[in-house]
Amino acid sequence: MPGKLKVKIVAGRHLPVMDRASDLTDAFVEVKFGNTTFKTDVYLKSLNPQWNSEWFKFEVDDEDLQDEPLQITVLDHDTYSANDAIGKVYIDIDPLLYSEAATVISGWFPIYDTIHGIRGEINVVVKVDLFNDLNRFRQSSCGVKFFCTTSIPKCYRAVIIHGFVEELVVNEDPEYQWIDRIRTPRASNEARQRLISLMSGELQRKIGLKVLEMRGNAVVGYLQCFDLEGESGLVVRAIGTACTLDKLSSPAAFLPACNSPSKEMKEIPFNEDPNPNTHSSGPSTPLKNQTYSFSPSKSYSRQSSSSDTDLSLTPKTGMGSGSAGKEGGPFKALLRQQTQSALEQREFPFFTLTAFPPGFLVHVGGVVSARSVKLLDRIHNPDEPETRDAWWAEIRQEIKSHAKALGCHAVVGYSESTSICEEVCILSASGTAAVLNPRFLQDGTVEGCLEQRLEENLPAGCGFCHIPYDELNMPFPAHLTYCNNCRKQKVPDVLFTTIDLPVDATVIGKGCLIQARLCRLKKKAQAEANATAISNLLPFMEYEVHTQLMNKLKLKAMNALFGLRIQITVGENMLMGLASATGVYLAALPTPGGIQIAGKTPNDGSYEQHISHMQKKINDTIAKNKELYEINPPEISEEIIGSPIPEPRQRSRLLRSQSESSDEVTELDLSHGKKDAFVLEIDDTDAMEDVHSLLTDVPPPSGFYSCNTEIMPGINNWTSEIQMFTSVRVIRLSSLNLTNQALNKNFNDLCENLLKSLYFKLRSMIPCCLCHVNFTVSLPEDELIQVTVTAVAITFDKNQALQTTKTHAEKLLQRASTDNEELLQFPLELCSDSLPSHPFPPAKEHLESASSNSGIPAAQRATSVDYSSFADRCSSWIELIKLKAQTIRRGSIKTTVTVEKASPMGEGNFRNRSAPPCANSTVGVVKMTPLSFIPGAKITKYLGIINMFFIRETTSLREEGGVSGFLHAFIAEVFAMVRAHVAALGGNAVVSYIMKQCVFMENPNKNQAQCLINVSGDAVVFVRESELEVVSTPQPAASCQPSCTGGEVTT
Amino acid sequence: MTSELDIFVGNTTLIDEDVYRLWLDGYSVSDAVALRVRSGILEQTGATAAVLQSDTMDHYRTFHMLERLLHAPPKLLHQLIFQIPPSRQALLIERYYAFDEAFVREVLGKKLSKGTKKDLDDISTKTGITLKSCRRQFDNFKRVFKVVEEMRGSLVDNIQQHFLLSDRLARDYAAIVFFANNRFETGKKKLQYLSFGDFAFCAELMIQNWTLGAVGEAPTDPDSQVDDMDMDLDKEFLQDLKELKVLVADKDLLDLHKSLVCTALRGKLGVFSEMEANFKNLSRGLVNVAAKLTHNKDVRDLFVDLVEKTPLQTPGPRKWLPRAPTVGVSLKAGREYLPT
Repeated sequence: MPGKLKVKIVAGRHLPVMDRASDLTDAFVEVKFGNTTFKTDVYLKSLNPQWNSEWFKFEVDDEDLQDEPLQITVLDHDTYSANDAIGKVYIDIDPLLYSEAATVISGWFPIYDTIHGIRGEINVVVKVDLFNDLNRFRQSSCGVKFFCTTSIPKCYRAVIIHGFVEELVVNEDPEYQWIDRIRTPRASNEARQRLISLMSGELQRKIGLKVLEMRGNAVVGYLQCFDLEGESGLVVRAIGTACTLDKLSSPAAFLPACNSPSKEMKEIPFNEDPNPNTHSSGPSTPLKNQTYSFSPSKSYSRQSSSSDTDLSLTPKTGMGSGSAGKEGGPFKALLRQQTQSALEQREFPFFTLTAFPPGFLVHVGGVVSARSVKLLDRIHNPDEPETRDAWWAEIRQEIKSHAKALGCHAVVGYSESTSICEEVCILSASGTAAVLNPRFLQDGTVEGCLEQRLEENLPAGCGFCHIPYDELNMPFPAHLTYCNNCRKQKVPDVLFTTIDLPVDATVIGKGCLIQARLCRLKKKAQAEANATAISNLLPFMEYEVHTQLMNKLKLKAMNALFGLRIQITVGENMLMGLASATGVYLAALPTPGGIQIAGKTPNDGSYEQHISHMQKKINDTIAKNKELYEINPPEISEEIIGSPIPEPRQRSRLLRSQSESSDEVTELDLSHGKKDAFVLEIDDTDAMEDVHSLLTDVPPPSGFYSCNTEIMPGINNWTSEIQMFTSVRVIRLSSLNLTNQALNKNFNDLCENLLKSLYFKLRSMIPCCLCHVNFTVSLPEDELIQVTVTAVAITFDKNQALQTTKTHAEKLLQRASTDNEELLQFPLELCSDSLPSHPFPPAKEHLESASSNSGIPAAQRATSVDYSSFADRCSSWIELIKLKAQTIRRGSIKTTVTVEKASPMGEGNFRNRSAPPCANSTVGVVKMTPLSFIPGAKITKYLGIINMFFIRETTSLREEGGVSGFLHAFIAEVFAMVRAHVAALGGNAVVSYIMKQCVFMENPNKNQAQCLINVSGDAVVFVRESELEVVSTPQPAASCQPSCTGGEVTT
Repeated sequence: MTSELDIFVGNTTLIDEDVYRLWLDGYSVSDAVALRVRSGILEQTGATAAVLQSDTMDHYRTFHMLERLLHAPPKLLHQLIFQIPPSRQALLIERYYAFDEAFVREVLGKKLSKGTKKDLDDISTKTGITLKSCRRQFDNFKRVFKVVEEMRGSLVDNIQQHFLLSDRLARDYAAIVFFANNRFETGKKKLQYLSFGDFAFCAELMIQNWTLGAVGEAPTDPDSQVDDMDMDLDKEFLQDLKELKVLVADKDLLDLHKSLVCTALRGKLGVFSEMEANFKNLSRGLVNVAAKLTHNKDVRDLFVDLVEKTPLQTPGPRKWLPRAPTVGVSLKAGREYLPT
């Protein structure tokens, strides 16, 4: 009996009238946990009952504590007939199971009924007494902390980042059981809610066990999803990154003993060397001397904590041929090997994180993705969800091999998703191939020197852009140039990633939201034929989405995409693709060329004129965008910026694999360009449409910016006003004109109008930025398209927005200061080291890069988008693909493109400390944000994960204001329930909030509708920075001075 | 392409004051959109009509959902569904309970019954206020009336406590409730020149001096008669007013009364000299009206009688009538001088 759960029912308020005669209610409460139920007395004739019950005590296993939710049911007592249910409250008691989170849950919870919505509130107090259980074979994993946040939580420090954890559980969907025919919709909905609650508890517990096995104590970037597979069942799956986290109590507690091999030592980034000055300019010490230890254990097995017993590896310099002759070469190879070793132990070296501790991310290769079309079959044995496991394992294997092909050993910013229509399911996974610093990955002792040198070799702000793969042995043809920042390493001309912009990245100008939208009609078909049709369409869609992204990126005069998320949705008669990302101009990468349009029939004079008109429009747009996003890279002699006929630079390529074996990678070179520039060839109306659609995207009104990442590059002075919102739109397509073009236009208009509406609604917040804009598309019915957007609008101070040029060191310091611990570790090194690290390029190198540009045959450099010939090629390629039974998979896209230069002008740190004090923190206000932070505030405590699932159904749709009224009320109720739970935990905000699912179904003829919503986030306590200043926490201003920080370190 | 569903839900509920006003004024969504277009908002923001339509719909839906809570403002404060900053909550409530002068003049003193509600069409046509808005205002009056009707204690305090209105608005509602309860006739042509403010002023003085509450507050008589303190006139007092006839009949008392009133009002009344000159006529008229107040019918016609049967209106009625209750005050204060 390792746990005692205690519940007290205090009171109710605003209860609905259940007795028409008296206009009152005789309410009582049932408290249920597991199989035990307690009841309160009936409180007669009141809408505001005061039960003030005794403590109901449940003695339970901690396994049950983790799995089961506490169910509180409010009923109306009826002497003669059955008691009527008023509504329910489900309370997840998981946050009470680990010491650092909440200690008590106490507060007013909305009483929720799946048919009537919220019906009053109930005041409940919940406590848990846990007894320590030392049983090694226990099935519970109490104490493992879960975070939805996809970065290291603000008041913790990552000791070790262990890696990928995943789990899935399956069950039959109660909605599809035979019993559903005879029970009420309410009973069916409640069965579903209860089951999902139970399954998420179980899933979380199982993941927790895996984390304990890995010797971690937390899961970061926890993402749990439901697959409603209909007839074939219900799948709840989750992925996350196992970590060992340390709570930061006070910064002074983490002063290292320098160069000590103690475990604490290596946990502290950048602080190993007490005197960084010697390193900043010193020559490289021979790398061979370094030894690295790692534990030889396999993934999930216990790692040895003693470094002595570990295998030592002496890295071979020069491994990874072809990199010789470059300063960073041997080092890079060493690093790679080192990381590789550390990562090879893991089955899947994946990380769900999108932002990383400084120094963690070494190089970024590019986006890797994999999709697979599956036919759903009934899950016969829910206890052995082997097929689903196997499906995902397959996809992950593929991702891993793609990453390997890019010379990377890890995948960061990893996520998985599904799209289900009838019995066909598309599984998708994507991430960013990367090379990581092994320091955080293993348990053994690692000397500090490697990291130290790393910092020197890879100048801050551009290191992650450098190619991880071998230049002479590139996995795909890409155009490389020397890095504009350090002039030493090669960079691609365009970089696509799924992660957030690293804080230390040097960005010019501001970023913007870039979306590619695409629809494809598909014939209605059954089962295998359907799966085949879909998998035939997928490569085309991926290609087009990618082309659109590339074109739009060029049109914005930017060269990198962050936070890329491509969603492919399957419907009965169409496929939809929606890609969202934040475009930025990375200073390290070359300047993107423009777009040139070429016509196919040059003889026609008016046509020519039309083409040149279009060309002019495109050039104007590019120029306008440059101005809008303040992209002013320093003028470079041999490049005329904004030239209508730009230097050929673009290279895109699709790398796909369609076989079951990941080794057998079939490549398809779709960059069949033999043209001289990035050319858009207009040879038919289709292409014309595409060019037009490029130009129809209107920029946000002035004062507005938008991005889908955590922070907006180029804006760093957030003020404290935030507004999180969800907007849903459903359009009905007229079935008459269902052509691809019409579809595309409809879809494009839908998204653009939605954005316009958002800008209008939030106009009072100007100047503001929409951050973490998250679009989700679904196709609930034949002719319906549903788009759901969740984002947060944050105001910023316009006056300060313009003075953005900051030195790199300052930026890092600011960043560091947000997390107390790092504050102490950074300053010495950075102040001495990175301030002068603005290498203005020696002329020689400059020339070199220029010549290498022109040296490569033009034919190889360009990509032209020629739709007609593309189709031919693709179809012939597709013929090669053998569809195996009902499992068909399609591959990944890797893209790399290159170009010009930039200045070391630093810009864009988020979190400005000078946020004006905000005194409006009224009691009871709970903020919600999809971001991991709250502007102008500091998160002091994480209270636990919020993971809630609700079903709402109505049989009086018209009376509730139609579909809009119904869904509006439901979403407002979901927000209310999330806020109430957070408040009851003692929190005042939800960070990393996400609405993972919003499944809406209607039947207007029957006056019915049903909606399922799944949301999650981290409940936190935050303190306004203005209030914090009273309490003496280290202020960033102080830490900017080396002398000051030096003092701090030595104390 | 038609929009089947189009919603926007913020964690903090967005309230657009302009749209709220249009909603309160009872405009339909399409009328509201048209009015907003005319206001030039499209030019200011660069939005399209479709965006405006969607935005207006959204706000209307929100207001519709809030309306249920606005019927019992304390609920708005404690509810969990809409997160609204306190200042905004206050604004929502205050605006919701605000009323049009033209409308309130039409229903002031009428029984707040279904019958009156049926006449709202006519009032709407007459005043140019939309029927929807008339209904809201009428329902507000009725709701406040119902809630405070049976309550003890100060009328204004009760209203303030249960409807969280500002002091000024709560006083106005007290007047409306008081008039509705006593059914004072205010609609006669002769009374048309009087504004709601004039009546509200009278109501306040009458509540202070003529009701059971006024008596109950007297230190001599603290606990008795606490029901409906501020709503109902003190019957006993009205009965006593009969005795005032002596003020007209007895010359000495008339003179004494005159001197007392003149002393009290000297320098406070713009028309003092006329009052002094006309005191006898004035006093007679008032006493005659006062003496009849034992009958309900006559109570209802109080204001009509005051205008018709006293020479109050002759020397510039606007200045005089509001002071009529002042005379009542002096009458009441004069109770102690009564020879009984």
